Amino acid sequence: MSLSPSPAASARDIRIDLRLIADMVAPAARVLDVGCGDGALLSYLAREKGVDGRGIELGMDGVHRCVSQGLSVIQGDAETDLKDYPSGAFDYVILSQTIQAMRDPRGVLDTMVRIGRRAIVSLPNFGYWPIRLQLLLRGRMPVTDRLGYQWWETPNIHFCTIADFVELCASMGITIEKTAILNKAGHITRRSPTGLANLLGEQGVFLLRRG
Amino acid sequence: MPSSDPALPASPAPTSSTIDTARLPGHRVLLGTGTPLQLDSGAELGPFTIAYQTYGTLNADRSNAVLICHALTGDHYVIDRHPVTGKDGWWGLMVGPGRPVDTDRYFVICSNIIGGCMGSTGPMETDPSTGEPYGLNFPVITIPDMVRAQKMLIDHLGIRQLFCVIGGSMGGMQVLEWASTYPEAVFCAVPIATASRHSAQNIAFNEVGRQAIMADPDWSGGKYQHHGIRPHRGLAVARMAAHITYLSEPALHRKFGRNLQNRDRVTYGFDADFQVESYLRHQGISFVERFDANSYLYITRAMDYFDLARDHGGSLANAFRTAGGTGTPVRFCVVSFSSDWLFPTSESRAVVHALNAVAANVSFVEVQTDKGHDAFLLDEPGFYQVIHGFIDGCAEHRGLTPRRRSQPA
Repeated sequence: MSLSPSPAASARDIRIDLRLIADMVAPAARVLDVGCGDGALLSYLAREKGVDGRGIELGMDGVHRCVSQGLSVIQGDAETDLKDYPSGAFDYVILSQTIQAMRDPRGVLDTMVRIGRRAIVSLPNFGYWPIRLQLLLRGRMPVTDRLGYQWWETPNIHFCTIADFVELCASMGITIEKTAILNKAGHITRRSPTGLANLLGEQGVFLLRRG
Repeated sequence: MPSSDPALPASPAPTSSTIDTARLPGHRVLLGTGTPLQLDSGAELGPFTIAYQTYGTLNADRSNAVLICHALTGDHYVIDRHPVTGKDGWWGLMVGPGRPVDTDRYFVICSNIIGGCMGSTGPMETDPSTGEPYGLNFPVITIPDMVRAQKMLIDHLGIRQLFCVIGGSMGGMQVLEWASTYPEAVFCAVPIATASRHSAQNIAFNEVGRQAIMADPDWSGGKYQHHGIRPHRGLAVARMAAHITYLSEPALHRKFGRNLQNRDRVTYGFDADFQVESYLRHQGISFVERFDANSYLYITRAMDYFDLARDHGGSLANAFRTAGGTGTPVRFCVVSFSSDWLFPTSESRAVVHALNAVAANVSFVEVQTDKGHDAFLLDEPGFYQVIHGFIDGCAEHRGLTPRRRSQPA
């Protein structure tokens, strides 16, 4: 379930945020990729890091593609199907570019840090300066390359800024262990979620743990 | 059968003789000669015969064996011509050279279940203690009993771990039972269009079938073999009712609609005016040629009794915990079909949730189709792609040699 339009990631050339997520994963870890799409990250992790990877994906096409290439993926809804997993079942639970589409982002985040010893979340930053400018100058809901939906069709129902996300984590007792803030070119501009990150970052990748 | 019988069209009545199982092709083995099979009912069975087929070659370390579990009315003639009906095997789309269960790579085994009527010990066979057919003296068997008998066959073949156990419908129940009871003996499991228990609706349909058989006077209290007759009318009606549950309303509509059978208008009678009636009658009649009525009673009963959660303290997740309390090591691929109302997706999802609860390695796909429960036997390309990918992936993890690259035509 890739909610931001992106070119189909080939096996070797994965999306930059996925690459950054992969960099945060220790080799041979147990990984659950929530909203794993066509399995680009899972197959990359299996190949490059030898992880024991699982996925959960809402879209049937993605599930078919994943299972057909030998990945362990279940068709399901993160908001109803994550709760069954026992606590600490995974070393990492990954949610890439999807938290803003959840009905209950807080609940999903809470479950992620329960069933995973760590969680990795990547999200588009609604506080990114061109988005602020679009709203300020045009008075219209922002539509960008990365967030290419009109307001009435977008699956992204719970947008947040990096500052909002940091505050939510703090209120839930979740520690942000690592941060990568990316600019439009996909380069890391900052390693901290504070300061100008909320203005200059187009997206953020966060390594989280409970407590 | 009187020709005026309105229930079934006039056609040659099936012979009253039972299937001559001793002359059927394939392997037969006598098991339980030392220790009999302990049945869930408390009874013992043994020695007993298992009839089975194999395809492909067992490799040197005996790690490439695949067990196919057949459904209620299936048998072990998976890909070869059926010795009674002359039709092709029931799972040629799944099993064969270059197929998902590739007979060039795997050693494929399928055995007729105990209680069946194609060569394994069942109610139609002779009770050695009396010299007469078992009939209703055959002990009631369960899905776990069937699987225990299969385990004895696998042990007999010297196979410590099956690479894969795969089956649909009641075959899927056996797959779940295998993975639950013998997790160390199964590397990967593919339960298809199945459930961890029979629902009230499923039991209800089975009861209609059983009552149809038992209401046939020729059933003779189960002793029809003594009289050289068979309750083919009752068995045909049972099959007709069951067959409806294997299809979906859209599939029936697509195939038949309200089309009339070889006529322009209805006849204002009880002949088979509609194509769907004619089709069902044909299903019923062709079924009784190859199936035994008492077997049908016993096997449907086994399905009704199946309840994996009940067997594990009321928790389905417990069925997939090993003795040490850890999650099952078996890799699963659970498959359901969107239009299957006999074993709906919700039942498969319940299995997936239980497997998630023990953090098992599981894939789950609901195949979109309007073909109903029978879709697992039909040409549904996406379904076979998924299974193929899953089995190939597991073979890689198991370290089985890749398929020789001789492209099938």
